[in-house]
Amino acid sequence: MKPPPFDYVAAADLDEALEALADASVETRPLAGGQSLVPMLNFRLAAPERLVDLNGIDELSRIEETEDGGLHLGAMVRHRQLERDPLIVRRTPLLAEAAPFIAHPQIRSRGTVGGSVAHADPAAELPAVFLTLGARVRIARRSRDGESGSRAERTLALDDFFLGPFFSALEPDELLIAIEVPPSTPGEGTAFDEVARRRGDYALAGVAARMRLNSGGVCEEAAISLVNGGSTPCLMREAARTLVGAEPAPEAIGAAAAACAETSEPAADMHASEAYRRHLIRTLTARVVSRAAARART
Amino acid sequence: MSRAGGTWVGARVPRNEDARLLTGRAQFVEDVEPPGTLHVAFVRSDLPAGRLRRLDVERARSHPGVHAVFTAGDLGPLLHPGAMLVPPPPLEGLVFHARTALPLVRHRIRHQGEALAMIVADSRYVAEDAAQLVEADIEPLDPVVDLGRALDESTPRVHEDLPSNLAAHVRQTKGDYAAARARADLVLERRFSYDRGIGGAIENRAVVAEWDARADRLEVWDTTQAPIPVRNVVAAALGLSESQVRFIAPFVGGGFGPKIMFYAEEILVPWASIRLGRPVKWVEDRYENFFATTQERGQLHRAEIAVTREGRILGVRDIFIHDSGAYDPYGLTIPINTQCTLLGPYHVPSYESEFRVAFTNKPIVTPVRGAGRQHGVFIMERLLDLAARGLGLDPVEIRRRNVIGPEEFPYNHEIMYQDFAPLRYDSGSYEESLEEAVRLVGHETFPRERERARADGRAVGVGVVNYVEGTGIGPYEGARITVEPSGTVRLATGVGTQGQGHFTAFAQIVADAVGVAPSDVRVVTGDTSDFHWGTGTFASRGAVVAGNAIHAAALSVREKILRHAAEALEVDPEDLELVNGAARVRGAPDLSVDLGALAVRANPLRGAVEPGTEPGLEATSYFGPPYGTTANGTHALVVAVDPETAMVEILRYIVVHDCGTVINPTIVEGQIHGGVAAGIGNAFYEELVFDEFGGTSNASFMDYLLPTSTDVPPIETAHLETPSTLNPLGTKGVGEGGAIPVAAAFAQAVEDALADIAPGLEVLDIPLSPGRLFDLLRTRRESRESHAESAGGPS
Repeated sequence: MKPPPFDYVAAADLDEALEALADASVETRPLAGGQSLVPMLNFRLAAPERLVDLNGIDELSRIEETEDGGLHLGAMVRHRQLERDPLIVRRTPLLAEAAPFIAHPQIRSRGTVGGSVAHADPAAELPAVFLTLGARVRIARRSRDGESGSRAERTLALDDFFLGPFFSALEPDELLIAIEVPPSTPGEGTAFDEVARRRGDYALAGVAARMRLNSGGVCEEAAISLVNGGSTPCLMREAARTLVGAEPAPEAIGAAAAACAETSEPAADMHASEAYRRHLIRTLTARVVSRAAARART
Repeated sequence: MSRAGGTWVGARVPRNEDARLLTGRAQFVEDVEPPGTLHVAFVRSDLPAGRLRRLDVERARSHPGVHAVFTAGDLGPLLHPGAMLVPPPPLEGLVFHARTALPLVRHRIRHQGEALAMIVADSRYVAEDAAQLVEADIEPLDPVVDLGRALDESTPRVHEDLPSNLAAHVRQTKGDYAAARARADLVLERRFSYDRGIGGAIENRAVVAEWDARADRLEVWDTTQAPIPVRNVVAAALGLSESQVRFIAPFVGGGFGPKIMFYAEEILVPWASIRLGRPVKWVEDRYENFFATTQERGQLHRAEIAVTREGRILGVRDIFIHDSGAYDPYGLTIPINTQCTLLGPYHVPSYESEFRVAFTNKPIVTPVRGAGRQHGVFIMERLLDLAARGLGLDPVEIRRRNVIGPEEFPYNHEIMYQDFAPLRYDSGSYEESLEEAVRLVGHETFPRERERARADGRAVGVGVVNYVEGTGIGPYEGARITVEPSGTVRLATGVGTQGQGHFTAFAQIVADAVGVAPSDVRVVTGDTSDFHWGTGTFASRGAVVAGNAIHAAALSVREKILRHAAEALEVDPEDLELVNGAARVRGAPDLSVDLGALAVRANPLRGAVEPGTEPGLEATSYFGPPYGTTANGTHALVVAVDPETAMVEILRYIVVHDCGTVINPTIVEGQIHGGVAAGIGNAFYEELVFDEFGGTSNASFMDYLLPTSTDVPPIETAHLETPSTLNPLGTKGVGEGGAIPVAAAFAQAVEDALADIAPGLEVLDIPLSPGRLFDLLRTRRESRESHAESAGGPS
């Protein structure tokens, strides 16, 4: 369990990191919190020729309010900050609610939001949570031949970012630099819950939900996404749609939970059968959506 | 200083070792790195069964930084099967096939992780790089994975020279079960499976060896639980005298059984050091540990109980298969523990027990904390629960009606135990322990609590189960105690220490005898240059066997102190007391002499010493018990089950136990807490998962789920003290008891919690993972629904 040899570059700024990633002659992987990459190196499941360390790049650690009142989270913001940063806790309580489910404090102190999203693990909490929040990712790379300027950036809806298990829209020369969360609106409630074998384990199943009610208590918008509900982090659009246009009564929530379980595609593994996962998805969806609705009402 | 109003034995003395452990000064094998040390990585088979056709190590040999690559062909006389550590007891009709592994595979691979080659390099990193360059051409063979089919005629053989995969067959009986069955009012039969897992010590195994060519001496640092026997095996294998080889087992980060084994690495690493003339170090990593270190696993039982209408046991029949893995170096310890411990604290007038041990293509099975006792306790306690249900009795009541009473000791169960002696209980507190647990858990009023919880939408249940544990078996241990001129008392014993608090508990025994504080006793364990007679730390025997050897040596030293002090003070020894590190005259505390001064007096540089006397204030003693002493206890727990998620939460955990004389309650409670944590892991979390190809699917702590601090509830403990009649201190072992009955208690409590939601649900398989509980709940629901449909439908 020792990694194979690799070169190491401690990038002083973003341009230096993008420079290293742009060099196609050396297989380079960015090192953020290292909570997934380092174990993969030690098990020799990954053997990049070079690591470019992002930990010294200050601009990637920013937490800011965007012009429209949303949140800008630099890719190197740590999971622990989601629990503790006053701006995050106030603006997007769903992040603060879900973060404690991620592994253990030591891991949360190192692990980063950008690393978690870029890793595109369907069993991770943050991809599901950011999907529910309608987040977008900002991606940068060094300008390619013929492009003007030194740096090129693009922004992608998170829903378009996840392409498969551990597979995202990132090109080899690209770096996820920030996640942007739209502002919450009045009448909105969110909730998160999961079932894990032990506290801190990957969830057998987890659910994040967001719901907006009008003054009459009718649901105007709903979003549900699942942890370990399929091969990619995904929004459960159909199930969420069934909630819109009516009051979130227990029967409606039960029907949405059933739809969620039915349309999910959970995998079987040593910890849970497909049937058990589906059952958990149904149970958790009912509980989480009810809680989100109750929070939207207050 | 002396302890006011009593003895040190029994006191909550803070641990002598904690200052070193907690400030990072304790020496572990990993910390040992002499200058010039080379590092080892093993190339291990990914396949569990195969023929090694060709092994090409040339690229690895020429990799920069590699000093040597050894394969089976390089081993010369070392290439013979490993030691048969524990031969089976002499049982009538016994079948036993001994098979142990070669240090490195020559032709046949029998389990995943068997070592093919040993790479010695400048660093572990380089050694692992070179390991990737070794090319092994292996012809895969069909692996034997499924224990239930391991003994079928059509199943491939693990050992090609044997007619089948049968490693052993044992039958033990008492009374006439057939007659008991014919007489019974209720006979219940069930199939059970009980699985276990790894030892899961926080420190993996490690060996550092340094051959000193000038001194002609070999020094080996090793994480073993048995430094002396391992030293002797290694010396013999390498053609050295035992006195040329020093084994040191310093602080070891947990043993739990697997480190009692003898392993090929313990010979190969010293051998490589001699060959290369350099210190050589191997530290097992966590991945290797899942294959290269022994583990415990499953048994499949078909068991039957025959009871009267009143719930009295007439007899039990149990037939089971035990998974030995690829080899059986530890003999029959585990299945015999299962066979014997099943009888528990109960009257069982007739017993028919038969087991077969099967070879499989899985890592080697040897004892892990509890060592097969869990399996037996689970079967018996479940049979009692099922019988109680069948008779409409409370689970506690059926136990009351069958436990052995306090006047019935010594009690003879008539069958043979793992120590080759008949299974006899010297003493115990079975009724008292059960009643105390029932009282502490509030069993009488629990139905009201259950109702209250149900009103809150929660399903809670209670479980109360008993166990016994055969502990403190022979053959013997020894101890040497020396009073040094500084007044410090030095104790050396052969057993190694892996976190049991030996440096304190042993010191307390000495402190009482010679009148010093435990902190003034310097304890040395597990260094063969300090003490080289003994067997090791296993079978919950440290406090019993080493403890009583220490007690005996301490009393001898006390005699010497009193004799020398009487001479020095010119008084009768009868008039002396040993207090605060000095001998003083009773009633005249000013007339005293320090132990240090007496030590100098006992070792004069000039003058005549009486013939027949020995120098110094020193004594060596040994203790060997006639047979094992039996500890007992009762566990009670309360669980809450979420029937929707199948998750179980332990709300309360109560342990009433009796390990005879308690030397240090804090240390005993630590043992119990650790044991219960291991038991919770076994009951709910831990499982080695083998795929159809025989590979371990969860060889990491990401997927092999050890319980963490948040999964183990606070444990309420009550100590009962029924002294053992088999040793002067009255001690019994407590190292494993905490782990033994947990799954049985857990199963009873979960069934109790679900009694209304899923009546008739039976927990017959351990571990009871939430996935498994979900399946049980679903099956119960479906059968009820179909039952309701057919009952309500048109006829």
